[in-house]
Amino acid sequence: MAAMGLPAGDAARGEHIYDRCLACHAIDRDRTGPRHAKLFGRRAGSVPGFPYSAAMKRAGEAGLVWNDQTLDKFVENPTGFIPGTRMGYAGVKDPQERADLLAYLKQATQ
Amino acid sequence: MSKIIVPAFVLARRSFISQAMLSATAIALLAGNEALAASNDGDKQNGAGEQLAATSDVEILNTALGAEQEAIAAYQVGAESGLLKKPVRDLAVTFQGHHKAHADLLAKTVKKLGGTPSEAKTVAQYHFPTDKLKTGTDVLRFAATLEKGAVSAYLGAIPLFANRDLAKAAGSILGDEAMHWAVLRQALGEAPVPDAFVS
Ligand code: HEC
Repeated sequence: MAAMGLPAGDAARGEHIYDRCLACHAIDRDRTGPRHAKLFGRRAGSVPGFPYSAAMKRAGEAGLVWNDQTLDKFVENPTGFIPGTRMGYAGVKDPQERADLLAYLKQATQ
Repeated sequence: MSKIIVPAFVLARRSFISQAMLSATAIALLAGNEALAASNDGDKQNGAGEQLAATSDVEILNTALGAEQEAIAAYQVGAESGLLKKPVRDLAVTFQGHHKAHADLLAKTVKKLGGTPSEAKTVAQYHFPTDKLKTGTDVLRFAATLEKGAVSAYLGAIPLFANRDLAKAAGSILGDEAMHWAVLRQALGEAPVPDAFVS
């Protein structure tokens, strides 16, 4: 598992990486994508009332929970990690940028 | 084999689409009907027990459409806020017009591919952070954030399209939204083009 190999993240840099998500997401309201509040520890596809894809709902029902490892994989390649997801976004390919992004999200979504 | 076919409605639209470039995009989008017909709505294939389909072009377009619809509503809030003065307010209305043209084209293409275009919500349903929009600068910054995000979203969509004509059309929209972003930054007194690359 890549878990141990994840670089340390910098939340301040991560806030700027999160700019890339702001066409579709916000921390505290559903937009084209679901809200990110309380993301860590949340089951995938579980924000009440959000119209998820069948693929995302199924991933959650099959036990996918968002944490450092699963978010790292999803954000790297959303449509590869969850084929059929409605998040039509190629992903953040740089491991350091992902670590920064997750450090920011961890702070901002509590 | 993909010939350039210009459907009648594209020609009809020329009269009210002001930029020739957008018309060219429309043509590119709708060219290559065989390839377009090959992509379809992944969700429909994801019936219980069936194998998961890849994220389809229709879904990528529909997600982009949802973001465009929100941008249209956001500019409406900005234009009606009373916080933007004359030349800047006109700019906001012009940019909103571009987003309408993008949304129009995306919706038509989704339909063409056999999908159902995502529906716009009412302005109230977007729950914009209007409590944080107190000055013209706040409004411009809000718009700039959305435009910057839109550039990233299209950049992230381009590599995923199975159909290259759609990738090209997304590139055309990306360019337009990057120009909006630069002009908004200029209006905010920031360096209009802060980097050699967008991300
Ligand atoms: C083009 C719009 C768009 C962009 C840009 C985008 N997302 Fe998403 N995101 C979505 C949509 C739509 C969904 C719901 C996916 C589904 O149901 O398959 C989603 C779902 C998610 C989820 C799963 C949430 C849950 O409730 O299970 C996470 C995590 C996520 N996005 C993170 C990000 C991050 C981080 C970025 C920026 C790097 C980003 N997204 C950029 C549209 C987008």
